[in-house]
Amino acid sequence: MKRREFLTIPAGALGGTLLYTLAREPFRLQAQDGNVKVPLRFFTAGEARVIAAACERIFPSDSTGPGAKEAGVVIYIDRQLAGPYGADKYRYTKGPFVESVPEHGYQGQENPRDVYRQGIGKLGTGFDELPVEQQIQTLQSMENTHFFQLLRTHTIEGMFSDPMHGGNAGLIGWQLVGFPGPRMSYRQDIDQHFGTAFRPKPASLEQIMKRPGKPWEDEKA
Amino acid sequence: MTNLKPIDVAIVGSGWTGLAVAKELLSRTSLSVLALERGAPRATADYAMDMDELDYAIRLRMMQNIAEETITHRHSPRDPSVPVRQYGSFHPGTGVGGSGEHWTGICFRFLPDIFTLRTHMTEKHGAARLPADLAVRDWGVTYEDLEPHYWYTEQLMGVSGKAGNVRGKLIDGGNIFESPRANEYPTPPLKHSYVSHMFEEASRKLGYHPYPTPSANLSENFTNPDGISRPGCAYCGHCTRFGCMIGAKAQPTNTLLPVLRKHKSFQLRTGSWVRRIVHENGRATGVQFTDASGEEFFQPAETVILASFTLNNVRLLYLSKIGTPYDPAADKGSLGRNLTHQIQSAWRIFFDQPLNAFMGAGALGTRFSDYDGGIGLSGQDGLLRFGMMNAGSGGELPIGSFGAMPPGASKANWGGEWKAASLEWRDRVSSLGVVGEHLPYRHNYMDLDPTYTDKFGDPLLRFTVDWTEHENKQREFAYDLSAKIAPVMGAKIEPRRPQPARYNATQYQSTHIQGGAIMGTSPDTSVVNPYLQHWDVPNLWVVGASSFPQSGSGNPTLTAMAVTYRAVDAMIDKYLKHPGRLV
Repeated sequence: MKRREFLTIPAGALGGTLLYTLAREPFRLQAQDGNVKVPLRFFTAGEARVIAAACERIFPSDSTGPGAKEAGVVIYIDRQLAGPYGADKYRYTKGPFVESVPEHGYQGQENPRDVYRQGIGKLGTGFDELPVEQQIQTLQSMENTHFFQLLRTHTIEGMFSDPMHGGNAGLIGWQLVGFPGPRMSYRQDIDQHFGTAFRPKPASLEQIMKRPGKPWEDEKA
Repeated sequence: MTNLKPIDVAIVGSGWTGLAVAKELLSRTSLSVLALERGAPRATADYAMDMDELDYAIRLRMMQNIAEETITHRHSPRDPSVPVRQYGSFHPGTGVGGSGEHWTGICFRFLPDIFTLRTHMTEKHGAARLPADLAVRDWGVTYEDLEPHYWYTEQLMGVSGKAGNVRGKLIDGGNIFESPRANEYPTPPLKHSYVSHMFEEASRKLGYHPYPTPSANLSENFTNPDGISRPGCAYCGHCTRFGCMIGAKAQPTNTLLPVLRKHKSFQLRTGSWVRRIVHENGRATGVQFTDASGEEFFQPAETVILASFTLNNVRLLYLSKIGTPYDPAADKGSLGRNLTHQIQSAWRIFFDQPLNAFMGAGALGTRFSDYDGGIGLSGQDGLLRFGMMNAGSGGELPIGSFGAMPPGASKANWGGEWKAASLEWRDRVSSLGVVGEHLPYRHNYMDLDPTYTDKFGDPLLRFTVDWTEHENKQREFAYDLSAKIAPVMGAKIEPRRPQPARYNATQYQSTHIQGGAIMGTSPDTSVVNPYLQHWDVPNLWVVGASSFPQSGSGNPTLTAMAVTYRAVDAMIDKYLKHPGRLV
């Protein structure tokens, strides 16, 4: 039996409440201490650390606010790869596989799991321990690969998808962009607030509906 | 194969047209009706937990499973075809209600000249000035024939809008270029969003005639003639690619299905994938289908209605060997010809102020039709037909809208500089563009692919389609108009004048694929007669947008319903009394 793999993250690194100083500098309030052990569904702990580091370069935490690390993007990607999406259950995968023009999109045989395993191999097992500048250079050299394009897309998805998918921890991504979540009604607001920011407090689907969501990745792959 | 008990009418597909036919037959005749749907059951109650951008707007959870069946594409007969492996340029739905569940809800009638376009364009421009391989047709039906059926559909859905032409009387604030209507819309227009308001002001200032986009997302509570009540829209911004969680958007499951459920002689069988229409000696004897467990059935039927999505209507006729395949080289035959895919091109516009663009409704928008159809166009420069200019607020969701910024705002598309620029421009970006006619050409058609197959091993449908000089001209004209409007809205438009482009299967265009089983007045050049009855198999009816010889500028649902209602009237009033060819 495969040994269960966990990713250990300091609790204080995830989620939190995003505030702004008087100088409009973002400031993340997070009172949790200790570590959280997240069970991994697809990655090994080592692979998860490599992907987490790469996502952090794509969407860094910096002076403009939190990034992939605080949102737990790697947890999102791990679940996607473990689920039907990772196994290409919803892509046409019959052959023959042929190269074609860009207007036909990705025509390869490899599913997202294969693409990630190969991509992690190219990044190298010690990628997460490299200096930041070197991580950036490595990724720059891969910018045009299918792996990098998937990783970039998945990083944005992990930042801003509903937290039931594993990313956007504590709605930190939605706080960052001012998205209120799947609110039921703006009937009184749609024709108001012209030209000024209207920013209701974000809430997740489960918070609004008060019942558990059914993310697609939980379906048997 | 298991033989089932015979039924009077078997309907393939339970979307808008399939359930519309079922409802008319059940309420006006004593026939037994079975609708076969390959997808799953659906209900309004399912949709509240579906307000999830990732699973629904990105992973496209309501669409047909493309792993089981897709299409192949090639730009011309000289190119090899390859499968569309992931959804891109269109999104066919599945399950009860079909694409009518996850549609946007935009409800246009076509312009009158669309139905007689060959005559109209020849008179206006002269045959010599039309592109050599242009395949425009007269449909064999006129706008006047369809007007009552349009109205019937608008009442079914409760369409919200503002009339601009009631029986020839032009009304300011509505679309004065629209086809004359017998009645005002059932419900008033949706509220404005900030963007639709700015577009309205700007286009009026420029001398155009803006009007609210007609919408199946109700502006207020409405009870339709069947007694079905639905609430007004909540502007939650989850319409396109989602089912409506409160039923404000008209969908087959919240308008037709509740009525059908009351009829004892109606059956709806989900998980039933129709593979062939069985026929002998010019008569359909029933349909063959495979259920979710893989078991095969033969369902005998007196009459068969093919009412699935355009792609599947055409493919099932091919697989069942009904009709004469189109040969583009000889311009002979009918099945598969006149493939069109409504033009949609838009450009990003950038504002100084926030737009609160997460609020919206699928059809919430403003348009003007001052260049719709051939209005305002001389044709001298080769631009023969155009469409409607459009801006609105469908509801921007955070994954899809992240990273929109003016060109040059960041060198890379990842990393700190990109993140900072994305955050700086968030919620200050909208879009502006055209929704227009795609003219049919001899070289754009559908047939069966020689190589790729579906999950059962049946050949996939193959598209041969590419853009021509005319579509490039349409896009250039749309860009120039957009570039004129954006600054009047107080916005900057992206500096990207369109270049000649090839059809791109990866970029969303619209789900408005039309043609392939077109109607017409001659069995040599059309698949169905103007009552949508198959020329060769008179107890087979092929309904919906597969029957359109060319695309209108407006979205096709209302017209698909109007031609279908006209067909059912003929079926009930004439055919059932004297079965046989109606024309």
